[in-house]
Amino acid sequence: MLEVKNLDKSYQKDHPALTNISFSVKPGTFVAIIGPSGAGKTTILRSLNQLIKDDNGEILLDGSNIRSANKAQLRKYRRQIGMVFQNYNLIERLTVIENVLHGRLGYKSTLAGVFGRYTQAEKEEAMSLLKKVGLEDFALQRCSELSGGQKQRVGIARSLIQHPKVILCDEPIASLDPASAQTVMQLLKDLTEEYNLICVANLHQINMAKKYADQIIGIRKGQLVFDEAADLLSEDILRTLYDQDITKELE
Amino acid sequence: MIDSEDRVIKKPQLPSSPNIKLHETSLSRVMILLVFVSLLLITGFTLTHLDTANVQLNAAVKELTSTLHQMFLQPSTGSDGLGELLQGLGMSLLISIMTTIIGAVFGFFFAVLASKNLTNVYLGTIIRVVMAVVRAIPTIIWALIFSIVCGLGSTAAILGLSFHSVAYLTKAYSESIEGIDKSTIESLEVTGSKFWVIVFQAIWPTIMASFVSWTFIRLEINFANAIAVGAAAGAGGIGYQLFVASGMSFDFHEVGFIVYLIILVTFLLEFIAVKIRHFYLDR
Amino acid sequence: MQSSAKYLTRKGWYQTAIIAIIGGTYILGSWILNFDNLSGLMAVPRAFGWLGINFQPTAKSVEYLPKIWQKLMQTVLLAISSTVVAAIISIFVALIGSKVTGINGFVQLIVRGIASFFRNIPLVAWSMILLFSFKQSDFTGFLALLLMSIGFLIRAFMEIIEDEASETMLALKATGASYFQVIFQAVLPQILPSVLSWILYMIENNVRDATLVGILTGTGIGFIFDLYYKSFRFDAAGMTVLSIIIVVIGLELISNQIRKVIL
Repeated sequence: MLEVKNLDKSYQKDHPALTNISFSVKPGTFVAIIGPSGAGKTTILRSLNQLIKDDNGEILLDGSNIRSANKAQLRKYRRQIGMVFQNYNLIERLTVIENVLHGRLGYKSTLAGVFGRYTQAEKEEAMSLLKKVGLEDFALQRCSELSGGQKQRVGIARSLIQHPKVILCDEPIASLDPASAQTVMQLLKDLTEEYNLICVANLHQINMAKKYADQIIGIRKGQLVFDEAADLLSEDILRTLYDQDITKELE
Repeated sequence: MIDSEDRVIKKPQLPSSPNIKLHETSLSRVMILLVFVSLLLITGFTLTHLDTANVQLNAAVKELTSTLHQMFLQPSTGSDGLGELLQGLGMSLLISIMTTIIGAVFGFFFAVLASKNLTNVYLGTIIRVVMAVVRAIPTIIWALIFSIVCGLGSTAAILGLSFHSVAYLTKAYSESIEGIDKSTIESLEVTGSKFWVIVFQAIWPTIMASFVSWTFIRLEINFANAIAVGAAAGAGGIGYQLFVASGMSFDFHEVGFIVYLIILVTFLLEFIAVKIRHFYLDR
Repeated sequence: MQSSAKYLTRKGWYQTAIIAIIGGTYILGSWILNFDNLSGLMAVPRAFGWLGINFQPTAKSVEYLPKIWQKLMQTVLLAISSTVVAAIISIFVALIGSKVTGINGFVQLIVRGIASFFRNIPLVAWSMILLFSFKQSDFTGFLALLLMSIGFLIRAFMEIIEDEASETMLALKATGASYFQVIFQAVLPQILPSVLSWILYMIENNVRDATLVGILTGTGIGFIFDLYYKSFRFDAAGMTVLSIIIVVIGLELISNQIRKVIL
């Protein structure tokens, strides 16, 4: 269970980026956060694993507060929270399997991590996860040789090997072509069910959000304006959310 | 990359194979390792065979510290006086500005003629080879050569520095020009425009920002070179005064003052460069 | 229409003004420095004519070759070792000083200050100060090149880290990896090719700069060129220049090949 209570954040004084955001997500749920550019979607997502420090509020993962964690505790929380990025953020020069194994670093001693020593079990798990995302034949390929959709699937495998409770996806399909976007979204949805995960994704594509998400959160100017099951998202709400008529997108 | 995908598919990795490899030996990995190891070996060899002229390290470091102390904490204008030093500084700055202007003008024309996407292959290759040779000869040698023909002085310094500037900027500009999207050139080509019209209406505006930024980098290099040429070839400017103060009269207070003056000017140049670069990038 | 016509007129004036300022600076500069453009231009073909006659290798100049090559190799080795040592120092300093991997704002400021200080003190000053304390030896040349290279490489490495490693670093931080794990698993592998490319560039540059340092400190190829030149043994000086050209272009070609493979 992931709970966010009264989250506030401002980058400049008197210009709040987030005001009083509260929501909760049950395991096995795929949540989409939608809203116009600059509404604060990324800020929410990145404060969930404290890559951005927020100003006020509580973030509870299974009852314990992430916000009050010290450095060592925060690392332990972070390894339970996988993250998938718009630009994949892979180390392009390294191989696919090396990038996947990076997800294990949070569990390793500093020295073992520094020298990149992984156990046989970890390697086998990496291979089976690659199989799951359909990339088992690419394990020894350099990431720079992959297409966008393939890179994103490597990113997903990297977050899965963390054995996460939560996966955060920051615009996971914004740089992908429509076909790869469908594959990645379907994969995220299937994995959410299979592993009973909480998957939180920032999305620009409303039709994608409606098609794949269970729960939708709407953000406008740093404030939460919608938090319901996906099928309750109506044209009226979209109009308030985006200040304009974008009903065409729904069809 | 399609063919390499095929290659991998033909020999699939079994997940249960006893030893899972993390990477294959690729040429790039081997090369990086090879280069680093050989560089380290060369360095180790050189450092253990270095001629130190039997200098006592302790004494030398002590002396260096006291020299640095005199320079940076007790700077003074020395025997030359402030007016003389400022005049020398102005001279070095002027030399660097003029040689940068010469470099920019000639460099641009040569760059246009040398760029692969603009001209015929032979002319381009000839210019590139000549420029590579000119660049390979250190600036100071150019200045020394011209100092025999023109006599010691600013003329030799300007000619010597210009040669290296032109060659350097030709390479830099032509790399910018070669980075231009082909469609930019084509869009004017289809209107039937003449070659130099295309150059000044399509290419010049496109590379303006990188042109300005390279030119200012060269201005900073030229200022450093003007000082070096002044010192090593006696071609005048603050470099010569620096050489006299540090190598003949051993007045390190004056050396310190000169170094401060030079640092001030380089900061100023860097500041102007940043401002102008922002100005062009924002437009 | 009015405003766009106005815009073009203004742009025209603006360009004319810039050209006028640059041209004016040039003419004023020529006048102050007593630089006669015409005779300067005439001096170029004369210089090449002079080079053609005097720098021509003679039967005797071949005898100088072993000596020249020995000094040149010594210079190349010096350039390589000073660059490598500078790179090792710079990479650590750049890691603690960059905006992405740095310790804190204060340290970053200090590192930037140090880099800029080392970079902006002219090579001439370094050479002369070091010559005074460390006497006429290769070690002096090594130190002068080292200090200069450190200034350049710290800045270059910091820029590489900030440009190339910030995103990947974020990804590993999000997995809960520790600082050193992030540095060794994300930052270093990511920046290695660019770092190597800069090291190669710095070596080429140091071979050229070593000539200057050599003239001032009496070491390496610079010393031998100065010696031949000032004693009017121009055929030997020509041989020296030719050797420098061959070695520098050779280094450039090797570096370009290495870059092609690693990037």
